[in-house]
Amino acid sequence: MAEPAVELDGLTRRFGSFTAVDSLSLRVERGEVFGFLGPNGAGKSTTIRMLCGLLRPSAGEGTVAGVDITRSPEPLKPKIGYMSQLFSLYDDLTVEENLRFFGGIYGLPHGELEEALPPALRKAGLEDSAGRMTGTLPPGWKQRLALASAVLHGPEVVFLDEPTSGVDPVTRRRFWDRIYALADGGVTVFVTTHYMREAEYCGRLGMISRGRLIAVGTPGELKGRVHPGGILLVTCDDASAAAGRLEGLAGVEDAAPTGSGVRVVPAPGASSGQVTSAVESLGLGDCRIETTEPTMEDVFVSLARRDSGGEGA
Amino acid sequence: MTHAPAVELDAVGRTFGGRAGLDGVSLRVGRGEVFGLLGPDGAGKSTLMRIVATVLPPTSGRARTLGLDTVEDSTEIKRRIGYMSQRFGLYSDLTVTENVRFYADLYGVGPDFRNRRSGELLQRVGMLEFSGRRAGKLSGGMRQKLALVCALVHTPELLVLDEPTNGVDPVSRRELWKLLREMAGGALTVIVSTAYLEEAEWCDRMALLHGGRVLAAGRRDEVAGLMSDAVLSISTSAPARARHLLSDSGPGLRAWAWGDSVHVATASPEEDAARIRSILSGAGMECEVVRVEPELEDVFVAAVGDWDG
Repeated sequence: MAEPAVELDGLTRRFGSFTAVDSLSLRVERGEVFGFLGPNGAGKSTTIRMLCGLLRPSAGEGTVAGVDITRSPEPLKPKIGYMSQLFSLYDDLTVEENLRFFGGIYGLPHGELEEALPPALRKAGLEDSAGRMTGTLPPGWKQRLALASAVLHGPEVVFLDEPTSGVDPVTRRRFWDRIYALADGGVTVFVTTHYMREAEYCGRLGMISRGRLIAVGTPGELKGRVHPGGILLVTCDDASAAAGRLEGLAGVEDAAPTGSGVRVVPAPGASSGQVTSAVESLGLGDCRIETTEPTMEDVFVSLARRDSGGEGA
Repeated sequence: MTHAPAVELDAVGRTFGGRAGLDGVSLRVGRGEVFGLLGPDGAGKSTLMRIVATVLPPTSGRARTLGLDTVEDSTEIKRRIGYMSQRFGLYSDLTVTENVRFYADLYGVGPDFRNRRSGELLQRVGMLEFSGRRAGKLSGGMRQKLALVCALVHTPELLVLDEPTNGVDPVSRRELWKLLREMAGGALTVIVSTAYLEEAEWCDRMALLHGGRVLAAGRRDEVAGLMSDAVLSISTSAPARARHLLSDSGPGLRAWAWGDSVHVATASPEEDAARIRSILSGAGMECEVVRVEPELEDVFVAAVGDWDG
């Protein structure tokens, strides 16, 4: 079996007395699309910076694409690609010039660069726009160019930092088609996102909170583990008042008023039946209770809250 | 008390150097509503909010905020609304209390009322204990809450929030929505823009925007009604492979990944459910096909079209 794309054992990073990343152990296989989630300040960026060789770990071990990340980062550079939300593209260069520039940065030899350009333009759907100024491209096109720039040199692992923030769903779906195609080709894709719809597109997810990895699994596994009984939707009048009364009830972890009722999250160990009878006992009058699938956002919010002892992040 | 609607837009347009930022938008936001402006970057959300907040005049049509004309009565409107733009100015070297005081003074709120009101608001957003902290030392979620307090300190009738949840993590995002829903109603109307379409759930009514136009407006179920096609959800052990098989199976099946499952939009759900089962079982795959309620994301894709798999 091939060595994993990412293998971390007790990876730790301290800044002074603050432990930003605490004994993180994780294995990501080749060709996986792995989503890395966590609240702001939980240690996501610090972890990514270590995985990209930009920051030395304080303790622990780790390899990315088989390269030891506790040593010199130079051998790592050609094996990884990085695309951030801010798409570090040059607006005043043409599409092709941007690709050449990034190919050069990642150390792609001239001959290979010439060979890699046409298929890269084609896969990004930019073959007719090679000479166009990057600054004039629509956002979705820029995004495809940014991805093409990050993978032109044929990296084994690609890091995407909030790649589709703010783009429309059609563009996002197309972008993810490209990501799946990369993964089908054996490239490992490591994605961070606050966009829980995007998290749903990942094959597996890891969630970091206060520097520690607190959950790993497929979206379905995490939903089943965190909210085995599902979420309750209570449709009623005056949802805000109802939410306020529901919040104090035993077995209710959270009650959030929606546009049409209340979204009730059962506490760990509470069955949806228990919660249903608790809701009924309130005598809210004319109300309807139905069970629904948890979203990744429900999962994220519950994991983060439970980890921080019920306080908000 | 009878009131004019919080916002009334009649064929409002706005061009920027010949390019339409907003194109013939008509909308009505009732008093006390939490109204969502949903759409991707560039849909026209901020332009619409700037017109409502009277910081940008429309180039065509007529806009009324709190029953007043946004061009002629701009000063009066500004006094009675709170507007939090994407770059809302908090002073990072001032404390939480000092920031609130600054905005109160700006709106001419007297000191007694100001102290009582800011105390109430800070308590409500759970920040009373951080009153003495400098704004620059707050987390992203707390900065948003402080901005909210500053925008509310003069007791506006309408609160206009431009993408307050952008880049905010899901926990803070959910807290913010909860807060907005608690505060809205009665005397306070809230208009919120967001690119996260699933946040429709927290709005009473909403408008789905794209390319400067309103695709649909109303309650969530009304907006979802824009999509005539049904959505089928297919669970299999190999969703990526299933998606390819379905997309390549000939005309009619538009399939996309949805978490661990595959979604298909179809005009004939029964027929296509059977077809999907036979395609996948023909490939030796077990599957479960159920019809699901369309998400706003599905609605958006269906309405915008331009779908090439």
